[in-house]
Amino acid sequence: MKYVDEYRDPKLAKGVAATIAAEVDPGRTYRFMEFCGGHTHAISRYGVEDMLPKNVAMIHGPGCPVCVLPVGRIDDAIRLASDPRVTLCTYADLMRVPASRGTSLLKARAAGADIRMVYSTLDALRIAEAEPDREVVFLAIGFETTTPPTALAIKQAKTMGLPNFSVFCNHVLTPVAMRAILAGESGEATRLDGLVGPAHVSTVIGARPYEFVASDYVKPVVISGFEPLDVMQSILMLIRQINGGRCAIENQYVRAVTSDGNARAQKEMAEVFDLRESFEWRGLGLVPHSALRLSDAFAAFDAERRFDIHTVAAADNPACECGAILRGAKKPTDCRLFGSLCTPETPMGSCMVSSEGSCAAHYVYGRFRDRSRARIERAAS
Amino acid sequence: MNLVMKPVRRKLDMRNGRVDLSHGSGGRAMAQLVSDIFHEAFDNDWLRRNDDQASLDAPAGRLVMTTDGYVVSPLFFPGGDIGSLSVHGTINDIAMAGATPKYLSASFIIEEGFALAELQRIAQSMGEASRAAGVPIVTGDTKVVERGKADGVFISTAGVGVLPDGLSLSSDKARPGDAVLVSGSMGDHGVAIMSRRENLEFGVEILSDSAALHGLTASMIAVAGGALRVMRDPTRGGLAAALNEIAHQSNVGFAIAEDMIPVKPQVAAACEFLGLDPLYVANEGKLMAICAPESAETLLGVMRAHPLGRDAALIGHVVEDERNFVEMTTHFGGGRIVDWLSGEQLPRIC
Repeated sequence: MKYVDEYRDPKLAKGVAATIAAEVDPGRTYRFMEFCGGHTHAISRYGVEDMLPKNVAMIHGPGCPVCVLPVGRIDDAIRLASDPRVTLCTYADLMRVPASRGTSLLKARAAGADIRMVYSTLDALRIAEAEPDREVVFLAIGFETTTPPTALAIKQAKTMGLPNFSVFCNHVLTPVAMRAILAGESGEATRLDGLVGPAHVSTVIGARPYEFVASDYVKPVVISGFEPLDVMQSILMLIRQINGGRCAIENQYVRAVTSDGNARAQKEMAEVFDLRESFEWRGLGLVPHSALRLSDAFAAFDAERRFDIHTVAAADNPACECGAILRGAKKPTDCRLFGSLCTPETPMGSCMVSSEGSCAAHYVYGRFRDRSRARIERAAS
Repeated sequence: MNLVMKPVRRKLDMRNGRVDLSHGSGGRAMAQLVSDIFHEAFDNDWLRRNDDQASLDAPAGRLVMTTDGYVVSPLFFPGGDIGSLSVHGTINDIAMAGATPKYLSASFIIEEGFALAELQRIAQSMGEASRAAGVPIVTGDTKVVERGKADGVFISTAGVGVLPDGLSLSSDKARPGDAVLVSGSMGDHGVAIMSRRENLEFGVEILSDSAALHGLTASMIAVAGGALRVMRDPTRGGLAAALNEIAHQSNVGFAIAEDMIPVKPQVAAACEFLGLDPLYVANEGKLMAICAPESAETLLGVMRAHPLGRDAALIGHVVEDERNFVEMTTHFGGGRIVDWLSGEQLPRIC
């Protein structure tokens, strides 16, 4: 596969792995957080961990849109879908996320709610056009990558004068969440030596918005592509910065990311959305100015206003460690539910649902390492 | 004066006609549908008797029986259709036991309004597949349901085969050290269906691999039947599901190498585009065989000499593992599990 295989080349990978092994300082550890679920997935699927020295640890971050959506918002979506007038359009990932009282969108659908799985906002728009008698609501989630398409769909609905289309907006902002993690605002501070920065988010917002990470928190960031060689090269770039005593925002993903990002996409977002005062993140709690809502000019397409939604915060399962895992404070295997009560078939928390979630990635791709690791740790103690 | 009035028997309107509820009512309309479409397409001595069952000579050896349902959408796809698929799939279920398929049955649940022309096309495709395989469809049934209660046509089949004495293949027979072989490239069928559903074009048309495998299995058994432990056609859930099932049933693990697993470049590209992993995508004309390690090369030779096994490959080995993991060395150079399928399914792939 042209333009894909090159980024998965085993020979090049061996070369980068050897360089990393040669350059790491054996007298210290390197703890890097990959913010994005896309990176978590790539690291697990291609076995990148096996190619890193033992003193380089990857900590999985909160960049999985399905994982950070709090239970209260899923409850809202289920309530919306239970309205007989409503057709709720959602990405398939969200269907199995556990909501309050053992419910989920999948169960609501089996009980008769009209919930349809779509691949894009435009699919939802098409359904609204084809079925004028239905109130079609698009359940919008995601970081800055998926926000511009939602903005365009809303603008298109306005141009078309579609009265039966609205968006239940849960779009969230990456740099704010990154700051929350670094500041340890949510409780324990997570000790990190650097960050593997988002790929697709950065194509939209550019590299500039991460500058505070270097200036305020003195940690390097390397914006990285999603292919396994991208990730390995970014790890090498982080190690070089640390070993050289530098701390900068560097861009490994130069084939897609610029310093200023996509101005057109930013303009569309600014036109359609306003900042929320505050928004709840699973794992991070209430984070001020961390999410978007529809601006007043597009209020007619805002499902929250049309259906008078007032989110009631709902607690996660108390035994579920998704929160600490999303902050990078715990590993999936630190959770007592992992692999026993909580599996991809019977997820108790959101991190086990999405393929980008840390728990699902570790369960599906990486758990064969656990026994050998446990044995090594036991032997060492 | 015409006292004995003989009704004119009108032909079915194959060009514009549609199935209506009378075609399932048990009356003349149904008899005509069955005779003009199904008997015409499947023609054989058993059907010509017009009984509700077929009487068959009991062959020597042990009987093997299977049943299968087909709900694939779309009904026609590159490389096949629901008709040929139902024949191939049923034959393959019998063949994976090491048995020789002998007879098939077919039952049709048809939605009111379904075009007679499409029904005829499906029946003829089944007839051709069954004749090519040498396995007749000896009995059947037709039901018509109201519009909206089915999606075009669903087919339910049964198959009967006979197992020679001394041969016993089963999913609990894999032993550490055994070799794992596949007969060709993985993921073709599922990707052919998905690309048709999503209207995706990849420059080269991706065809379903739908095929009857009993010829291939017969030649494998003839040469090294005693060395075979398990055979499986990796349909829904793909190679990953087949390996995981066997790992559990035999209480072993697998060590496989991604580099050794044949995947066509266009299938790999389509999977990349659709967010699928070819190891989880359905096949309808491929088999996986687990055999004693010393016979692996011989079996590979036999498979490669058969038109349906030209790209056969050794992909790994059975290992001891009480956790029953399927571990894979990735092409990239790391390790990972190939777990059971979880997350989105691809509904109605067969």
